[in-house]
Amino acid sequence: MMTRRRLLAGTATLTAMAGVAILARPAWATVEATDAAIGAFTGGKTPEPGKITLTAPEIAENGNSVPVTVEVDSPMTDGDYVASVTILADGNPNPEVATFHFTPLSGTAAATTRIRLAKTQNVVAIAKMSDGSTFSDRKEVKVTIGGCGG
Amino acid sequence: MATPKPRVKVPKKASAGEIITIKTLISHDMESGQRKGKDGNVIPRQIINKFTCEFNGMKVFECELDPAVAANPYFEFNAKVPESGTFKFTWVDDDGSIYTDEQKIAVN
Amino acid sequence: MNKRTLAALVLLGASPLFTAARAEPVTETLEIDGEAMITEAPAPKDPPGHPFDVVKSGWLYREPDTRAMEADSFENPGMLNVEHGEEVWNTVEGEAGKSCASCHGDAAETMKGVGASYPKWNAKAGKPFDIELQINACRTAQMKAEPYKFDARDQVDLTAYIKHQSLGIPVKIDLSAGDMMSWWQTGKDRYYLRTGQLNFACASCHEKNSGNYLRADHLSQGNSNGFPTYRLKQSNLVSLHNRFRGCVRDTRAEPPKAFSDELMALEVYVAWRGEGLSIETPAVRQ
Repeated sequence: MMTRRRLLAGTATLTAMAGVAILARPAWATVEATDAAIGAFTGGKTPEPGKITLTAPEIAENGNSVPVTVEVDSPMTDGDYVASVTILADGNPNPEVATFHFTPLSGTAAATTRIRLAKTQNVVAIAKMSDGSTFSDRKEVKVTIGGCGG
Repeated sequence: MATPKPRVKVPKKASAGEIITIKTLISHDMESGQRKGKDGNVIPRQIINKFTCEFNGMKVFECELDPAVAANPYFEFNAKVPESGTFKFTWVDDDGSIYTDEQKIAVN
Repeated sequence: MNKRTLAALVLLGASPLFTAARAEPVTETLEIDGEAMITEAPAPKDPPGHPFDVVKSGWLYREPDTRAMEADSFENPGMLNVEHGEEVWNTVEGEAGKSCASCHGDAAETMKGVGASYPKWNAKAGKPFDIELQINACRTAQMKAEPYKFDARDQVDLTAYIKHQSLGIPVKIDLSAGDMMSWWQTGKDRYYLRTGQLNFACASCHEKNSGNYLRADHLSQGNSNGFPTYRLKQSNLVSLHNRFRGCVRDTRAEPPKAFSDELMALEVYVAWRGEGLSIETPAVRQ
């Protein structure tokens, strides 16, 4: 049977290990760094809401592989299409995740990929249209630590 | 790491102008450069940094990847197929390696 | 929950890690590329005493995105390993100049159902063999090649390739062969043995708290029908003995060696607990 002392010792070890893990963490991207990345993508413009839809799970089953989908409302003709969509995450070591480039041959401006999220944070998607206008959407994804060590 | 192996899923046939769905997957660790190995040293970054899809030489879809893309990068996207032809897929590794695959599609 | 709260909860005593949150597993049907899998089955009645009326696949306990990833063999990254396993199957190795295919031909025919019947009594060795031990026996005796080290990439991928040939076929092991029943009993004793600083048995999570949340993990019945399984955490295929060891490690106990008698007995017992469920290799889990 586990004694109270052994249990306490185990807990102390757990806490100590957790402390080390926190110290070893790299500096997180901040909301400011994410805003800077948004600015770099849009050329300093503040993206408007609308047109772009970001789909991501409310709770990620594991932060190592989180499915995200972006869809942008656009006719995708030679004169009016979505040029690029960038995905950013404001709680990762670096905010940049992936940037998609579309053409009228894409048919629709939609893409799905799987991303890494280090902790609960906002995922931001920004679309840049062929006329230079920009739109954004964001979703908070909760990344919780699993019982089985992560 | 074993040599990365790409997989792509493209319909064999489509009608002219149809918008089809393409799925791609490639085996790759996407080593982020953020992890430490057993010896305590940082494992150097090695990721797929770019993926492109072309149809008969014309660009359809492209992605620039950062280390926050999950291991075994997966993409799903669409393509408008004007005519019969060949899709060419290219993945570019940080170490300069290039992995490719091709799939033909018949338009009737 | 911060670490201090967690530590405080641990000190409170009985099952503090298990939150009050409980969720029934989903009742959806798993179809992989349109083929229906058995994810719920009546518990095996022989030997008597199975703790559940219905055995359930771990797939039913996962979130929708994870479930969807397994349902499409293209989207399942574990299939990359299965494809590599096929290459291994056809690769000549060892002094005898043979591959698996030299003796066993087309795995789609010769290995169909095999993975669902393991672990299996091996009279020569006087113990149960799982697929990994059988591969190593073939490598040393037939191929005159080195046996794989535990969790060598080729071992995991080849095992997954062989088990994948039984996709959809329900698990059914032969407990009447040799001394299997005494291994089953040893495995059962191990399943209920509390170990480690957390003082957990397999049953603490996968029987008593199956359906509850252990922090963010929705605890399944811990069945083995999907192994080797693609775990999002490792972003790779994970072998059954790797997971056994991982679970034991997570209870803060010293994990037994892979393929030790202790874990082979546990594999026999755990396979029996999940009899009737389809082989899902490579399953996708968190």
